Amino acid sequence: MNWLNALVQGILLGGLYALFACGLSLMFGVMRIVNLAHGDFAVLAAFGAYLVISSTPLGTLAATVVVIPLFALLGYVLQRGLIQRALTVGPLSTLLVTFGLSIIIQNLLLQAFSADTRSLPAGSLASASLRLSGQISVSYLAVLTFALAVVVLLGLQGFLSRTALGRMLRATSDDREAASLVGADTRHVYAVATAIAFATVALAGLLFAMRSSFDPSIGPTRLLFAFEAVVIGGLGSLWGTLVGGMVLGLAQTLGAQIDPALTLLGGHLIFLAVLAFRPQGLIAARSG
Amino acid sequence: MSALLEVDGLTVHHGQLAAVVSVDLSVEQGETLAVIGANGAGKSTLLRTIAGVLRPTTGTIRLAGRDVTRLPAHRRVAEGISLVPEGRRLFESLTVEENLLTGEYRGRPGPWTPARVMELFEWMGPRRRQVSAQLSGGEQQAVAIGRALVANPRLLLLDELSLGLAPIVVRQIYQRLPEIISSGTTVLLVEQDVAQAMRVAGRVQCLLEGRTVLAGRPAELALADVERAYFGLRTGSDPPGDRAESAPAGPAQARPASAPTDDQAVAQPSGAVEGTAS
Repeated sequence: MNWLNALVQGILLGGLYALFACGLSLMFGVMRIVNLAHGDFAVLAAFGAYLVISSTPLGTLAATVVVIPLFALLGYVLQRGLIQRALTVGPLSTLLVTFGLSIIIQNLLLQAFSADTRSLPAGSLASASLRLSGQISVSYLAVLTFALAVVVLLGLQGFLSRTALGRMLRATSDDREAASLVGADTRHVYAVATAIAFATVALAGLLFAMRSSFDPSIGPTRLLFAFEAVVIGGLGSLWGTLVGGMVLGLAQTLGAQIDPALTLLGGHLIFLAVLAFRPQGLIAARSG
Repeated sequence: MSALLEVDGLTVHHGQLAAVVSVDLSVEQGETLAVIGANGAGKSTLLRTIAGVLRPTTGTIRLAGRDVTRLPAHRRVAEGISLVPEGRRLFESLTVEENLLTGEYRGRPGPWTPARVMELFEWMGPRRRQVSAQLSGGEQQAVAIGRALVANPRLLLLDELSLGLAPIVVRQIYQRLPEIISSGTTVLLVEQDVAQAMRVAGRVQCLLEGRTVLAGRPAELALADVERAYFGLRTGSDPPGDRAESAPAGPAQARPASAPTDDQAVAQPSGAVEGTAS
């Protein structure tokens, strides 16, 4: 029965990883940018919500509604003002720039909020749970997280395949110059992709923060989960990201079932196995 | 009456190399002008500069009297300039229909829609959901033309439609051109395939090493002159074999497909003789 429990928890945890990883996947897929500050932006969003909650009468839900659009805006501005410049210099410079951002964010947060661990209050959402059977119960937060992940991925899929801007995002990813020849301002298209990625990373960061504690230096560890989910699932495939997140979540909870010390190791071993035996990921990306 | 496109003293550099040197050119509304020339003559550079992909060193480009020299490529689409780029450059992960739809993104309203393009090329309709990477070269060229048409350009720029395609496929694509022109679109095309260019164009302009060396209506041009201008044979003293060395091969012109199409281009001027004689 405990194994079944681990299975259910693992799949639900996978939803969070997928939500967290889809922004990383999107930025890489469209712009070939590896955002090394991805995890730190998730933490930044959590601190942003923490600040809103502690300094205003707003609750966690309202803080979420405030932080996510702000993050989308931050993503757009950061892309136009900083990352785009780095892109024109070369692919290596985007790595340096996002690595620099990662260090800057960690240290600013350390300066502003100290190294204390914190968490976001989720009220009854975190404590109440849904009893599925005698020994298996899942928290509402975990179910909500998984549902949000599926909704976000579905929405992203719909945006990319059905809207003119989404189509242009894919077109720009295929051939940037040809996209500008049909009228796409590719800097705007890139900034929209970054804005979407930042909105999803903010949402994931807030859900992470409701589920477990966070501190200014935890970003890079989280980033590793996102990388693992993307690589296991297959680069450039949204649903691959969901599968990758679930496999990673399962490996962690099942590993923990054997021995709690194996939680992280279980995920890393699966990740290494995929890299060794199926480097294109479990679900290969679209052709081309 | 003023021309739709006026290019004045255009000079374009690829690094140190002057690929286009003070070229003047004008295209009247509804006219079809072909720019011909050997590999490396600066034809593609000229077209890409008019489309806004490349920036000129000096010179101006005016569309219907409006100076567009400083506009970036994506803004020129809304002004009415669409380029069918060399090598087709389709969006490979998008389907045929999606590729056509991208033309609508910043296009102008007008007669051309994805549905109308699918009527022009009958095979497209049934295969609209196919990913464009799976198409043959000729089919990709047709989709690339369709994508540009859907933006309803005032000026359609066609860069080397024949490149890397079998002669029969090239002929099929050029057979569709009159229908496009009759819809009111002005066409500026660049070709190595002289016979094909002379057949469809109202006027031709021949470039050699970035400069205009000959211009006129196909019927009024002596073929010997065209041949001389094309290959840069001055008064017969230069041996024909010199062309390869003397033609500047800038980075944009250095393409893998140049070898086979070069042979084709060499064979073409004689084809043009037969074409006009009959």
